[in-house]
Amino acid sequence: MYKETLNIVLVDDDKDDRTFFQEAIEEINIDTNLSMFTNGQDFLDYITIPNQKLPQIVFLDLNMPIKNGLECLQEIKARNLLDKLSVAIYSTSSSEKDIENTFVLGANIYINKPSSFKKLKKVVEDVLRMNWQYHTSNLNRETFLLRL
Amino acid sequence: MRLYLKYDINITFRSVLEEQLKKLNIDYKINGLGEVEFLQPLDMQKMQEITSLLSIYGISIINDHKSQLVQKIKDTITNMINAEEKVTSNFSTYLAEKLGYSYAYLSSLFSEINYTSIENFIIIKKIDKAKELITAQNLTLTEVAFQLGYSSVAHLSGQFKKTTGLTPTLFLNIIKQRKLIS
Repeated sequence: MYKETLNIVLVDDDKDDRTFFQEAIEEINIDTNLSMFTNGQDFLDYITIPNQKLPQIVFLDLNMPIKNGLECLQEIKARNLLDKLSVAIYSTSSSEKDIENTFVLGANIYINKPSSFKKLKKVVEDVLRMNWQYHTSNLNRETFLLRL
Repeated sequence: MRLYLKYDINITFRSVLEEQLKKLNIDYKINGLGEVEFLQPLDMQKMQEITSLLSIYGISIINDHKSQLVQKIKDTITNMINAEEKVTSNFSTYLAEKLGYSYAYLSSLFSEINYTSIENFIIIKKIDKAKELITAQNLTLTEVAFQLGYSSVAHLSGQFKKTTGLTPTLFLNIIKQRKLIS
């Protein structure tokens, strides 16, 4: 049975957070391919290489050096890539204003970094399952908003 | 000046398909719900030609039987939800009769391939439709609840919040602000 592999990117400057995320992804029963970057600029340099295969979803930390998550989101939008990949903001901030603001700027998903590994696994799995539907089922990506 | 457009994805799909298939000079019949029948066998070269003509429009050819069946389930659900008449509650019987397989079989096949259950997929589709109705057609939540077969506005709002993590009001507010800055 042929099933497409999901290409996922995580952009996060914190080494521990990257490790937890990777471990969570590996335990989820979905076929994935994870690439990681430590700041927004490295990720943008990577996806703007001509003919680059875009990930279906990118998880962006908000507070990062060189180029933070919000600046990165704005560049993804300015380059008209939002109709091709989903942007998930992955942050410790739970300020309602921050959340609303990132959605208005074009983010599809907002995740508060969970406090336990078990919760992290559940949240990432929920996001991947929902994103799969948007990727395969003719749902309207322009109104794809998910808060977890 | 700005125009807001409403469109019927089935009509769009059919027009694109007919336009592209005409280029091939082969007799064909569109059997509805994403199925095309050719009245003669196709060689490899023709297959490649069709694949590349359609890929520009995001249309791909499904090769294996299981994926075809899952796609048929999705199409049937989409058509039921888009139909103007009120959505019936008994999806399972309807799907089984329409596709000619037991619901138990359809259900387990669907979950295996699509990473979510049929029940959950129907909810996601209905909420997607609700979003369209409140943003593009300016319907009130009461009107949307009635059209999509919810027993009450509270039921719709609850399912909306559970599926998206946002209340319908906040959702609408975000979409409006997006339009203002674009």
